[in-house]
Amino acid sequence: MSTYTNEQVAHLVEGTLDWETTFRMLSMPKDNSRFKQYVEALQKKVSFKDRIVLPLGPHLYIVQTDRKQWVTKCDCGHEFCDYRENWKMHAHIYVRDTEEAMTEVYPKLMAPDTQWQVYREYYCPSCGALHDVEAPTPWYPVIHDFEPDIEAFYKEWVNLPVPERAA
Amino acid sequence: MNMMTPNETGFADLLKNGQTLKQFRDGIIERTQKTGHYNGLEKLELRDADPIGYEKLFSKLRGGLVHARETAKKIAASPIVEQEGELCFTLYNAVGDCVLTSTGIIIHVGTMGAAIKYMIENNWEANPGINPGDMFTNNDCSIGNVHPCDIATIVPIFWEDRLIGWVGGVTHVIDTGAVTPGSMSTGQTQRFGDGYMITCRKTGVNDTPLRDWLHESQRSVRTPKYWILDEKTRIAGCHMIRELVEEVIRADGIEAYEKFAYEVIEEGRRGLQSRIKAMTLPGKYRKVSFVDVPYKHEDVQVSNAFAKLDSIMHSPCEMTIKGDGKWRLDFEGASRWGWHTFNAHQVAFTSGIWVMMCQTLVPTQRINDGAYFATEFRLPKGTWCNPDDRRTGHAYAWHFLVSGWAALWRGLSQAYFSRGYLEEVNAGNANTSNWLQGGGINQDGEIHAVNSFEASSCGTGACAVKDGLNHAAAIWNPEGDMGDIEIWEMAEPLLYMGRNVKANSGGYGKYRGGCGFETLRMVWNAQDWTMFFMGNGFMNSDWGLMGGYPSATGYRFEAHKTGLERRIANGESLPLGGDIDPSAPTYEHNIDATAQVKRDKQCMTTEDCYANHDLYLNYLRGGPGFGDPIDREPAAIEKDLNERFLLPEYAGKVYGAVFSQDAKGTYTVDAAKTRARRAEMRKERLARAVPVREWMKEERERILNKHASTAVQHMFATSFALSEKFTKQFKDFWNLPADWMVSEDELGVPSYGSKHRMDLSLMPDVTTVVQVEE
Ligand SMILES: [Zn+2]
Repeated sequence: MSTYTNEQVAHLVEGTLDWETTFRMLSMPKDNSRFKQYVEALQKKVSFKDRIVLPLGPHLYIVQTDRKQWVTKCDCGHEFCDYRENWKMHAHIYVRDTEEAMTEVYPKLMAPDTQWQVYREYYCPSCGALHDVEAPTPWYPVIHDFEPDIEAFYKEWVNLPVPERAA
Repeated sequence: MNMMTPNETGFADLLKNGQTLKQFRDGIIERTQKTGHYNGLEKLELRDADPIGYEKLFSKLRGGLVHARETAKKIAASPIVEQEGELCFTLYNAVGDCVLTSTGIIIHVGTMGAAIKYMIENNWEANPGINPGDMFTNNDCSIGNVHPCDIATIVPIFWEDRLIGWVGGVTHVIDTGAVTPGSMSTGQTQRFGDGYMITCRKTGVNDTPLRDWLHESQRSVRTPKYWILDEKTRIAGCHMIRELVEEVIRADGIEAYEKFAYEVIEEGRRGLQSRIKAMTLPGKYRKVSFVDVPYKHEDVQVSNAFAKLDSIMHSPCEMTIKGDGKWRLDFEGASRWGWHTFNAHQVAFTSGIWVMMCQTLVPTQRINDGAYFATEFRLPKGTWCNPDDRRTGHAYAWHFLVSGWAALWRGLSQAYFSRGYLEEVNAGNANTSNWLQGGGINQDGEIHAVNSFEASSCGTGACAVKDGLNHAAAIWNPEGDMGDIEIWEMAEPLLYMGRNVKANSGGYGKYRGGCGFETLRMVWNAQDWTMFFMGNGFMNSDWGLMGGYPSATGYRFEAHKTGLERRIANGESLPLGGDIDPSAPTYEHNIDATAQVKRDKQCMTTEDCYANHDLYLNYLRGGPGFGDPIDREPAAIEKDLNERFLLPEYAGKVYGAVFSQDAKGTYTVDAAKTRARRAEMRKERLARAVPVREWMKEERERILNKHASTAVQHMFATSFALSEKFTKQFKDFWNLPADWMVSEDELGVPSYGSKHRMDLSLMPDVTTVVQVEE
C-alpha cells in the first residue's frame, strides 16, 4: 500500500499535487490513513475552530461545535442545521426557470427547456457560496443527497475514535 | 419412413453427474443464498493451497481473453468493431456465471450469462440439444440483451464429453434490419420494429454455421458484408478461447480449472466488498436523473398514434452502503417503460453497471459475476429498467442506462470526496450523443446503413482536483476512440467540413467538465439517403457536483437545399469548422439564404431525406462540472478562452473573470479584478435568492394548481402509479392534501400501456430468469 506525506495530501486538497503522485494515488491501492491526513489538512485551512467530523463539499462540512453538537457548516462559519437534516432546506435558492435565466449561463439552445427541467442553485445565506446545483423537473422535492453513517465509518472502517456528540 | 432420432429429447447428462444443468444451477444458487458466499465457498481451497498457481491460471486465462479479442478484432470490417473496439469475449462456468472477461464493452459479462441461464432454465439441453461444436446466437432483449445490435455467439466448452463451461463473444453490428437503419434507431416503438431478433438459436454445429442461418440472417439486415465478418470475428474469438481453456486444462488439470472457475467468482465477490470498504463510506446516498423523450414533434414519425407524446424518464436511485461493505441499489419511484426504444431489461442494468464501475470502483482485470453477487439490486417491475410487457422496444437502451448511472457517479463521488480520495471524484459522464445514423445507397452504390461512433469520445466529468477530459470517452466503452476522419469518410458518404472542440459544452465549475466536440458533415455521392438525430435536447441527464453545473444540453442543426454544389464550383464561401456560438450562428451565412435550416432542441428525430450537399451537425456532448465556478483559477479560464473552449461572454457571466484581448486575439484574465468581481457576484447571488422554505411555498402552490408541462406531469403520474412509496414521499414533502393526485387519464395524452400489460413470463413454456428484487 502506498502512503503519502501530509504535504502531499495538502497539495491534493489545493489541487496542486504533481501528476506523478496523483497518478500513483489513482493506480495504487488506497491508503487508509488518507482520511485522517485529509481532515487535518482541511482543519488547517478553515477559519473556524470547530472540529471537522466529515467534509461534505469544497466549502461544506459536518463539524463538532464547542457544545459537542454535530452540525452542517459552511467554511465561512455559517451554520445550516443538525447534521442529520438536509442542509439545503436551510440554504437560499435561485431557480433558473425561464429561458432568460438559462441563457445567462449557457448559449442559446445549449441549456434545458425550462418547461422540462430547471436549475436550482443553493447558496450559503451568509457568503453566497454555491454549494450545489440541482437539475430536476419542476415539482421535484428537494433531494436529501447524503446521510452518512459516521459512527460506523470511524469505528469500523478507518479505526479512529468517533468524535464526541452531545445527545 | 420418417424415423425419429432419439437424441432430440430426454436427459442429456451433460455434466456427467446425473443432474440437469438447471438442478446444478439451483444448487449453486441455494448454497450462495445460504452462506452468503458464491457456491458456498467459505474457503478458497485452490487459491489458499497454491496462490501462485492460482494467479498463473488467472493470468493465462485473462491474457488469452484479451489476446483473442485483439486478434479477432482484425477480422471485422465494421469500423464500430475494428476502430472503436465494440466487442468483448467472456468465459463462463457451466451455469453461465462469468469467470473472466476480456477488455471492451464488458456490459456483456451478464447479458451473455443471462442467455446461457435462459437456455439452462428452458431445458435447451433436451431440445435443441447442447453438443461439442455447437454455436448459439442471441440478441433477444427480453431475456437480457441490452439492445438488438449486440449480437452474441455462445459456444459450449466440453472436456472429455462433459460440459465444463461456455465462451461468449459479442460485437455491436451496424444494422439489425430494424424499421429504420442504423443499429440503434428511433423509428420503431416496439420490439416488433426493433429488427432481427434471435433467441439463443442454435446457429452452428461441428464448428460450422448452419446454412439456413447464414442465408436468413444476412438478408435480414441492411449490411450483410459487415454482418458476416462480424460473425466470423465472434466465432474466431470463441474458438481461440475454447482452445485456450483446453490448453490450460492439459497443463494444469481439469480439477484445478474447475475449482478456479468457481473460486474466482467468490474472490470477485469479496473483492468488490473490500473495494467498497477501502474507498467509500457507509450511509445512504440519493441521486436522480432524467431523460427527455420528445416524441410529439412532427419530425418524430412513428407508426403508432399512441407513441406520439412528450414524456420523461425518471431514474431516482437510493444507494445504501452497509457497514460490512455490501451495497444496495434501489430504483423505487422510477417511471414506467414507454413506446420508444430506450427501455432496458433488468440484466442490461445489472450487468451494464460494471462497465461503469470498472472505470471507478473496480478498475481491475478482476471483473466477473462476483461483483453481481456482492450487490443487491432492486428494480421495480414495470419501470423503464424492468419492463413488464413483452412488446417493449430496446434499440437504444443505453440512452436511459447511461443517464441512470450518471446518478451513481455522483453518489460514489460524494463518498470519495468525504473520505479524501479526491483523485477518484467524477462529477458524472456525458450523455453520450448525438448518434448520427441513417442509410440509403452509399458512395459504392450499395444499400448501406451508418451509425457513427464518434459518440464514444464525449467529454468526461470533472474531478475534484482537475478538469474532465475533452472529447475522450464514453461510459459504455472504457476504451472508446473517436475514430479517424479518413475511416469514417470511407464508411459513410459524408464528408467532414469541420471537426473541433465544442465551446461551452463542458459543465462549468471550479474544475469544468471535459468539452465534447462537433463535426459538420456534408452528404456526398449518396443516393436516396436518410439520416436522423438521437440525443438529449430539452433536458440534461448529467448534473454537476458540489456546485458545478450540468454539461450543456444538445441541439440540432441540419440544412437542405444549401447551394453548396454551386458554391464549391464557384469558389464561394463555405460553412467550415465549428458552430462556435449558436447564439450568433455563422453556418447560415455560408450557404444559400434560401436553404432550409432546422436549428432547434428537437434532438430526437426519425429517418429524414438528405440530398447530396445537405449538412448535418454531429455534436457530441461534454461532461458535468465540479465545485463553484467562481473558485476556478483565473489561469484556467484564460487557457479556456485562448483555446476557444469557452465563449468570452460566459467567462464573465459564469466565472466572474475580468479579462482583455490583445491585438493578436490573445486573452488575459486580470486576477485582482476577477477577485473583486467575484465578491460582487456573491452579493448578486444573495440578492436574487430566497430562503428555500419560502420558495417551497410558491412551488407547492404550482403543484396544487397542477401548473407544469404535460411531460412533467406525465412523468410523475407514471412513477406514482408504480410506487406508493414514492407517491407518499412526494406528498409528504410538499405537504399535499390526501386527495391530491396526478393520473395519466387526466392529461389528455395517449396512455396505452398504463393499465393493460403482458409480461414475457406469461407466454407458454417460457421460464424467465429473474436476477433482481422486483
Ligand atoms: Zn458561507
